[in-house]
Amino acid sequence: MAKYITKRIIYLIITLFIIASVTFFLMKFLPGTPFSNEERLTIEQREILNAKYGLDQPIPIQYMNYMVNIVKGDLGVSFQFENQPVMDLLMNRIGPSMQLGVQAMIIGTIIGIALGVLAAMFQNTWIDYGSTFLAILGKSIPSFVLAALLQYYIGVKLGWLPVASWNGFSSSILPTIALACFPIATAARFMRTELIEVFGSDYITLAKAKGNSRGEVAVKHAIRNALIPLITVLGPMAVGLMTGSMVVEKVFAVPGIGEQFVKSIMTNDFPIIMGTTLFFAFLLTVIILIIDILYGIIDPRIRLNGGDK
Amino acid sequence: MKKSKYYLIIVLALTMFVISACGSNNDNEGSSDNGDSSASGEQVLNMVETAEIPTGDPALATDAASFIVFGQTMEGLYVLDGEDQPVPAIADGDPEISEDGLVYTFKLKEDAKWSNGDPVTAHDFVYAWQRALNPDTGSQYAYMFSGVIENATDIMNGDAAVEELGAEAVDDYTLEITLEQPVEYLNSLLAFGTYLPLNEDFVEEKGDSFGTNSDNMLANGPFVLTGWDGSGLTWTYEKNEEYYDIDNVSLDKVNVQVAKEPSTAVNLYETGEADRTAALSSEYAKQYANHEDASTFEEGSSWYLKFNQERDGEETPLANENIRKALAMAFDKEAFAEQVLSNGSIPSDGYVPRGLAVNPETGEDFREESGNLISYDVEKAQEYWNKGLEELGVDELSLDYLSDDTENAKRTAEYFKNQLETNLDGLTLNLENVPFKNRLDRTTAQDYDVVMHGWGPDYLDPLTFLDLYVTDGANNQASISNEEYDQLIEDAKVTYANDPEKRWEAMLEAERILVQEDTAIAPIYQRGRLTLIKPYVKGLEEHLFGPDYSLKNVTIEK
Repeated sequence: MAKYITKRIIYLIITLFIIASVTFFLMKFLPGTPFSNEERLTIEQREILNAKYGLDQPIPIQYMNYMVNIVKGDLGVSFQFENQPVMDLLMNRIGPSMQLGVQAMIIGTIIGIALGVLAAMFQNTWIDYGSTFLAILGKSIPSFVLAALLQYYIGVKLGWLPVASWNGFSSSILPTIALACFPIATAARFMRTELIEVFGSDYITLAKAKGNSRGEVAVKHAIRNALIPLITVLGPMAVGLMTGSMVVEKVFAVPGIGEQFVKSIMTNDFPIIMGTTLFFAFLLTVIILIIDILYGIIDPRIRLNGGDK
Repeated sequence: MKKSKYYLIIVLALTMFVISACGSNNDNEGSSDNGDSSASGEQVLNMVETAEIPTGDPALATDAASFIVFGQTMEGLYVLDGEDQPVPAIADGDPEISEDGLVYTFKLKEDAKWSNGDPVTAHDFVYAWQRALNPDTGSQYAYMFSGVIENATDIMNGDAAVEELGAEAVDDYTLEITLEQPVEYLNSLLAFGTYLPLNEDFVEEKGDSFGTNSDNMLANGPFVLTGWDGSGLTWTYEKNEEYYDIDNVSLDKVNVQVAKEPSTAVNLYETGEADRTAALSSEYAKQYANHEDASTFEEGSSWYLKFNQERDGEETPLANENIRKALAMAFDKEAFAEQVLSNGSIPSDGYVPRGLAVNPETGEDFREESGNLISYDVEKAQEYWNKGLEELGVDELSLDYLSDDTENAKRTAEYFKNQLETNLDGLTLNLENVPFKNRLDRTTAQDYDVVMHGWGPDYLDPLTFLDLYVTDGANNQASISNEEYDQLIEDAKVTYANDPEKRWEAMLEAERILVQEDTAIAPIYQRGRLTLIKPYVKGLEEHLFGPDYSLKNVTIEK
C-alpha cells in the first residue's frame, strides 16, 4: 500500500509539471498584455512595464524563471489585483467555492442516491418515472436559469432567503441548491441503473429466498455493490463543484474562484491563470488518488499492490 | 410493515447529514451588519457596484472601481464639484501663478490630516508624484504627468532622476509646481487619481503590500475604506474622523456589494437591500427607463466608427473620402441610441462629448458651439457611396467590422450591419466580434477595416479627444493624417497655450476637419448611464471624469 501511494505521488508531481508547462506555453499565445490600461500606453511605456515584470525576456527564460519560482513555492503576484500575491488571492477565493461545492456534493449525492434507490426498487412505477423525470430535469436545466429562478422566486418574491451576498450560512443555501441539481441527477441515474443490474444477480435472489424484505435486501446487500461505478464519477464531479461555478457565483455574488478564474483569462492575468490551474490540477489528482484507495475499501476484490491475480 | 422502517432510516440519515452540514458552516466571514441601523439615527447607504476594487494604490489604479474608491477616501489639491468643476480641496484657495504661466505656488490647508493623524503636507504630493513617475513603480497612468509637469517625460522613461521633477515642497504647506508649458486644464488634472498625495512613511512601511487591502491604505478624504480584503465582493466606507471638513459629511457608513450579474443588482434593489444600483445594462435599462427611481447621466465617453485607411501596407477602400462619408451618414444614430442602447445615451454628430469644456469667453459648451458636423442622411450617403465606388472602380465592397464580443457589442454590430447594408448597395459588412484583448491587438496592428471605438477623457479639455488623431499618434491606429489638423493641435498645445480664445478656435477647427471635412471617424453617440436610486438618497454627485460619483454630500432623508 505504502509503495503504491509513493508511486502515485511521483506520478502526481510529473502530471503537475506537465500541466504547468503546457499551460504556460498556451498562455503565451493569448493576445495582448496583462496591462489593463494597455489601450492608452505608448510603446515606450509598454516596454518599461514589460521590463519591470520580466515579460520582455524570451519565453524559454520566462518559463525557466517561473518553474524555479514554483519549486520555491512562489506563485507571483496578480496583475488585475495589483501586487496581490496569487496565494492570498486563491486562499481568499477558494473558501466560498469549496464550501458550496462540498455542501452541494453532500446534498446532491444523498438525495441522488435516495432517488436512485427508490426508482430501482419500484422499477416501472410512478415512483420510478417521477424520479427519472426529476433526474432529467436536473440535468437539463442550465444552472443560470435555475439560479435566476431561485433568486427571483425564493429571494425576491417570497423573501425567505438572501437574494445575493456572502454572509453566513443562509446566503449559501440558494447557490448550494442551484449547484446540487447536477449531482442529484447524475447520482440518481447511476444508482438506478446499477441497482437494477445488481437486483438481477444470483446472490440477491438468494438473499430474497432467505426471507429478507426488499428493503433489507437493498440496504444490506445491493447498495454497497452498486456504489462502485458511482464513486468513479463522483470524484471528478466533486472537483468540478469545488472549483466553483462561474454562473452560480456571479448570480449570487459569491466571492468564489470560478468567476475569478474566467476573468483572469480574459485579462491575461498570467500568474493567476497558472496558480489556479495548478491548484485545480492538484485537487483533481489528489481526489483521483483518494478514490483509487476507496475502491479497495469498498470492494475487497480490488487490490492496490499492482497487477497480481 | 417492515419496509417503512427502512424508509424512515433513510430519511433520518438524510436529515442528519443536512443538519451536520449546516452546523459546520455557520461561522464564516466575520459579522454581518448591513441591516438598517436607522433606529439610532445613523445615516447608512447601501450600494451595488459591478466590479471588485483592483487596487488601493493611486499610482497603480487604472479603472473606474479604484477611482471611485479614491473619490470617496482621498482628496488632491482639487476635487470635482457637482457640476464637474475643479474646486480647491487640500489646496487652500487658488494658487499664485507666475506671469509666464509656468510656476504655480499652492498654499495647502493646514488642518488637513491623514486618517492616522499625520498632517497632509506638500511633501506628500512631491513624494506621490515622483513615485508614480518612477519606472520601478509600474504606473500605467504615469503619462498623465507627461508634457505637463517639468521633466516628467524623461523621468517616466527612465532618462532622468525622480528628484528632477518640477514639483517642490517649499515648506510643509507650500507646494511649487513648474510646468513644461502653460496648461489650460491643469486644475482638472490636479483632481485626478494619479495626482493624489501619499504619506511617505506609511507607503514605505507597507512596501509592496501598500494598497492591497483596507488596512494597508490611508485616507485624507471624507471616508475611510474598511472591510476590503483585497479581492472581495464587499467593502464599506466609514466617516473619516480626521477629515478637515467632517461637519459637512452626513453619511456614517456606506455598505458596498459587488453584483456582476445585472439581474442580481436589480433584485437587490427591488428587495430594498440596495439603495442604488450601478449603471444598468441595456436590457434592464430598457425595462426600467420609465421607472420612477430611474436616473440618467451623460458620461464623458464618445463612441464612433474608426475607419482604417491602411492595412497590410496597402490603402484600404476607406482611404477614399467619399466611401467614409457614405458610411458615416448611412446609419440612424437616434434610433440606435434610443432603441438599441436605451440607457440615456445620446446620439452625437460630433466627436468631443457634451459637458466636457466650455468656451473660455462665452461659456458655451464645445459640442453646442461646434454643432452637428455629420448627420444621418441616406440620400446623401448613397450619393457619396456611388461616387466612391466609381472612383475605386468597383461595384461592391466587403469590409471587416471589428468589435468586442460582449452582448451589447454584438447587438450593436448587428444593428450596423443591417443599417449600412440596407442603405448602401453592394456593401457587405463582415462582423468580427472578438474578446477585448484581441480587439486591442488587432487595432494596434491595423488588422481591420472598421472598428467600434470609444474614448473617455483623461482631463477636462477637448484636447484629450482630439490629440488621438494627429499623424502617427500612439492611438491613431488607422493611418489618419492631415497636416492642417496636426498644425491646429500643435497650436492648441503650444503656440496658443497662453491664449485661451485662440486655442479654443483651433480646437473647434480641428474637430471640424476631422469629422466634417475628412470624416476620418464617424460619430455615433455619447454614452449615458441609467441607474436606480431611492428617492430618499439626496445629494449624490455624478462625474463624467475621474470617480463616477462622490458621496461626500449625500444625506438619507427617510
